[in-house]
Amino acid sequence: MYALYDFINFHFIPGLVLGSIYALGAIGVTLTFGILRFANFAHGESMTLGAYFAWSIITLTGWHPMAALPIAMVLTAIVSIGIDRGFYKPFRAAPTIMLVIASFGMMLMVRSAIQFSWGVQLKSLQSGIQQPLILFDAIRISPKHLIIFGAAVLLMVIVHLILSRTKMGKAMRAMSDSPELAKLTGIDTEQVIRNTWIIGGALAGAAGILLAYDTHVETMMGFQVLLPTFAAAILGGIGKPYGAMIGGLIIGLAEELATYPWIGDTPLVSPGYKAGVAFVIMIGILLWRPSGIMRGRTF
Amino acid sequence: MDALYGYSLYFISLLTMGGIYAVLCLGLNVQWGFAGLFNAGIGGFFAIGAYVTALLTTAPSARHIGGFEINTLVAYGLSMLAAGLVAWGVGKVCLRLRSDYLAIATIGAAEVVRLIFKNETDYTNGPRGVSAIPKPFETLPEPWNHIAFLVIVLIAVAIAFWALQIAQRAPWGRVMTAIRENEPAVRAAGKDVEQFRMEGFVLGAMLMGLAGAFMAQYLKFVDPNLSDPLTATFLVWVMLVVGGSANNKGAVIGAVLIWTLWSASEIVTGRLPDEWAVRTAYARIFLIGLMLQVFLQKYPLGIFPEQRPRPPRSSRESA
Repeated sequence: MYALYDFINFHFIPGLVLGSIYALGAIGVTLTFGILRFANFAHGESMTLGAYFAWSIITLTGWHPMAALPIAMVLTAIVSIGIDRGFYKPFRAAPTIMLVIASFGMMLMVRSAIQFSWGVQLKSLQSGIQQPLILFDAIRISPKHLIIFGAAVLLMVIVHLILSRTKMGKAMRAMSDSPELAKLTGIDTEQVIRNTWIIGGALAGAAGILLAYDTHVETMMGFQVLLPTFAAAILGGIGKPYGAMIGGLIIGLAEELATYPWIGDTPLVSPGYKAGVAFVIMIGILLWRPSGIMRGRTF
Repeated sequence: MDALYGYSLYFISLLTMGGIYAVLCLGLNVQWGFAGLFNAGIGGFFAIGAYVTALLTTAPSARHIGGFEINTLVAYGLSMLAAGLVAWGVGKVCLRLRSDYLAIATIGAAEVVRLIFKNETDYTNGPRGVSAIPKPFETLPEPWNHIAFLVIVLIAVAIAFWALQIAQRAPWGRVMTAIRENEPAVRAAGKDVEQFRMEGFVLGAMLMGLAGAFMAQYLKFVDPNLSDPLTATFLVWVMLVVGGSANNKGAVIGAVLIWTLWSASEIVTGRLPDEWAVRTAYARIFLIGLMLQVFLQKYPLGIFPEQRPRPPRSSRESA
């Protein structure tokens, strides 16, 4: 019984929390991949940027991180649109691989701009240690984890409502399915692209803030979660936001569950290799089902 | 006189590093310039080459496996082989998909390579790395030891350049160009497109492995940070884009030019007061990133644009 609680406290709950953060990041990746047709390498840095915006807001105002979250999301979305205008728009008619190179360069530019402006020391969004909530005398949940999971689920519900209930969401899904057909039916593609950056950028910012709330603010944080985020988007199916949510949860759970001692007393995967779990899952899915769980697009 | 001597030593080290980057850049040129394959994990292949040479040539040590005392030339070959094998594995999974997937997979492979070198402490000494790597001709008196190593690197650059010039003009290179321009036509002509892509990807990775072997000897030290995406991957991309993709001369000159800029700007920022030295180091990365963007948007062909071989005389006469 003790082992079961250990499993839930130290592997399952952290896995869900991490997975919900990956899910938020993966929605943006899958939307830009589906609509603009390129893998955006700078997405991780948008997460980092969101976390730093939140840190500045909290330092200035002393607010709770969750109060800073919406403002930081808006700021990240604005920067995302700005980057698109300056660095991605000139390549709309060019082969999409040019966008991949541009975003690869953007990744280093955004990161160095962050390092230049905020420095490289670790920062945290909230200081002090919180007492975990104890359920059934054995299951311990930190209030932080509850807030992160709750915020992530709330944001995913909002994305779902936007995509399914609004005209803008329909246009986005139409363009992800077939850009030519979407253009023919009179959809304003530039408007759709702008909305994609707003949603993707805002969610990336949120993912960064939640990740920083769970751990700390650091300049390499976005790069470190870039691979699991891509893996989640591919696992869910490119262009499928719901797939990205499922994919994110699976990758997050897999990373945490892989270090559980399933066989014998030693962790199945040594914690040092945790970051490799997403890569292995991604290679597996590319080999056996490149379209992902939700039968997304393959290029 | 001492200052002049110091400057010449700096010049030699600049050229040596420039030469190592030229080998890397020629490798990327085969992958991207010839075959149109996006490799975002150059650092991974580079680090594999570096570790293979480091572990095979270094004297026995309690901290890592070693004591094989393999001949340097054989070690170069094995470094290339190891990098090529990993590229073959990654290529097997990703080459049938669009290049974005290859980009993601290579950045992931480089990360896994770094994790392995960092975590397998019994074999690699983990984050502390492998030191005291022998360097060819290091027993010669100063400055001849530096010059001798520079000559080795330059010979490798010359051989790689010459071989790739021939390959690009040979039927193999022409098929590569054709695949980039019009893949369905090449398929219709009965060429095995996947096979050609794989050859380009593996050959490029082998050159990256060789560059890693040189780097291990030049620094006499390797650690997992050798696969750093900034200095080992991003910088090489800037070199190739600025120099000119699909042009071997562009790859070599781009490498030397960008390395000179990078290294010279480090001297400037290093002399600033401490607080500014750290900050301007990041401004330097930002500016080199901006330079990449400017070239991509305004001069996508680079300084030396791709040159197509002339059609054979007979076909011109009949035309």
